[in-house]
Amino acid sequence: MNTISPVLTVHSKPLTIGDADWVRYALVALTLTIIGVFLILPLATVLIEAFAKGWGAYASSLTHPDTLAAIKLTLLTAAITVPLTTVFGVSAAWAIARFEFRGKSLLITLIDLPFSVSPVIAGLIYVLIFGAQGWFGPWFSEHNFKVIFAVPGIVLATLFVTFPFVARELIPLMQEIGHEEEEAALSLGASGWQTFFKITLPNIKWGLLYGVLLCNARAMGEFGAVSVVSGHIRGLTNTLPLHIEVSYNEYDFVGAFASASLLAGLAVVTLVVKTFLEWKQKQDLKASRKAADSH
Amino acid sequence: MNFTKPSKQLLILIAALLISGTALAERTLLNVSYDPTRELYQDFNKEFIKYWKDKTGEDVEVQQSHGGGGKQTRAVIDGLEADVLTLALSYDIDQIAEKARLLPKDWQSRLPHNSLPYTSTIVFLVRKGNPKGIKDWGDLVKEGVSVITPNPKTSGGARYNYLAAWAYAEKTLGSKEAAKDFVKKLYKNVPVLDSGARGSTTTFIQRGQGDVLIAWENEAFLAINDNENGKDQFEIIVPPTSILAETPVAVVDKIVKKNGTQDLAEAYLKYLYSPVGQKIAAKHYYRPSEPEQADQADLKRFPKLELFTVADKFGGWAKAQKEHFDDGGTFDQIYAP
Repeated sequence: MNTISPVLTVHSKPLTIGDADWVRYALVALTLTIIGVFLILPLATVLIEAFAKGWGAYASSLTHPDTLAAIKLTLLTAAITVPLTTVFGVSAAWAIARFEFRGKSLLITLIDLPFSVSPVIAGLIYVLIFGAQGWFGPWFSEHNFKVIFAVPGIVLATLFVTFPFVARELIPLMQEIGHEEEEAALSLGASGWQTFFKITLPNIKWGLLYGVLLCNARAMGEFGAVSVVSGHIRGLTNTLPLHIEVSYNEYDFVGAFASASLLAGLAVVTLVVKTFLEWKQKQDLKASRKAADSH
Repeated sequence: MNFTKPSKQLLILIAALLISGTALAERTLLNVSYDPTRELYQDFNKEFIKYWKDKTGEDVEVQQSHGGGGKQTRAVIDGLEADVLTLALSYDIDQIAEKARLLPKDWQSRLPHNSLPYTSTIVFLVRKGNPKGIKDWGDLVKEGVSVITPNPKTSGGARYNYLAAWAYAEKTLGSKEAAKDFVKKLYKNVPVLDSGARGSTTTFIQRGQGDVLIAWENEAFLAINDNENGKDQFEIIVPPTSILAETPVAVVDKIVKKNGTQDLAEAYLKYLYSPVGQKIAAKHYYRPSEPEQADQADLKRFPKLELFTVADKFGGWAKAQKEHFDDGGTFDQIYAP
């Protein structure tokens, strides 16, 4: 997981003191081999297997009702969790970067908690809380509201694992930008909300999009936590990653890899957009620094 | 930023997805089952939906959930709302009756043949030509034989595998101590414990691990007949003795009352005993409880072997579970990963 802010890149040219050419070439070759074997090859396998029986089989397995239901559930889960984590992330980053208060380091630690907890545990805690034998399960069951083994449980588990993404992206960025501009705005009579929308948001927008993007990728790709709370009802509570496992277990390899190709496609798009956002963010920072220097 | 064009397309896609997923059925039934019954119930559900429509005019939907039997049981206890259970062993349904009180303890006497519309057994699947010469349970503990079987803690099928090996050893070697030693040696030959039977089958077939797969008879048949090149790659070895796998079904009283699906759930399970249900079971390599209803050609595929039951050899599932698979039982004592 990349929690290091991209703006911290300092050297514009790599330092090459004393390394012999062959060392450099060997390292580059090694890196390329590792990338090829562990990243490119599996990705190629996904596509080769997905199209093993041609376009027709690929298309028909993607339009199968169970696959469509899985895609729908995955999109729905992301559509609920991503806005929530975004709101949380912005407010948490705002609080941490702008104010000094007691328990601040504890808060930062808590935000990181989902990174350090295994996703399976994340799923299990919700079973223990909302399951039929859990703390609140009987109450929900009496009121005819399903949490576990239904969509709410899947959303909760996904929320848990995606919680830190936006906040983690914004905290270092907002600390780096500082709060001079905001103070200026406030002293000129802007309200809190005006300052936020006119000053803060434009400053952090690329970083924010970057966090949202990573959060979305994880929300759509999460397997472990969701697997525990899903109940695996086909066509109903299987998200795309779970659907891939189900298809694979049913010897439906084209179906499994066709669904996998969707997630792989999502990964590639995420990567491209991510690179663009990083670049954009750097440009913005440079521009604002230049502007600050010329004053 | 101008997102108008892509977002229009996105909206159309979302709309299409929403429409496609909308269920037309009035009532739905959730069948929570164990791993290898996927194909059986895919077929059976289609037939049942047709039958129910003809009989009552009502459109119904049957949803399926599959996984290792133990895991599925746990999920139902934790609140997965199963209308009907079609599990691998009666102990799992006993657990649901006892821990979650969702159905009465005498559930097994409510349907014919002890609530067993079909049974199965445990056989071996080996690589073509049987290079390691596997013929009986005793061959599984030989040095250099790699055995694939799932984890008995999470898989019902794996518990049958374990008990079948144990019963063989106790009979041929004469004592419980010797049997324990035998299964210890056997599990030393197991490189990976998957959580369900289907996981083990893919480990053996797709990833090419192991020399022998201890498998449900229907899983073994499926691997050979429904898989491309299955016949060229694998063969089934039937040991002289094995265990009768009693795979029961039950309606979950509390859930069907809550969902208003009692009549539907009961009809669903009864239909398993009908000629149509029995034929489908036999077609999918389950041994039908009323063989006269099934196709003779399907029945001929089942090899004859001596089958013993859990009740005969182990005094029932409750006792077997406590002695062998609960925490601190013989499996915990013999298995060191």
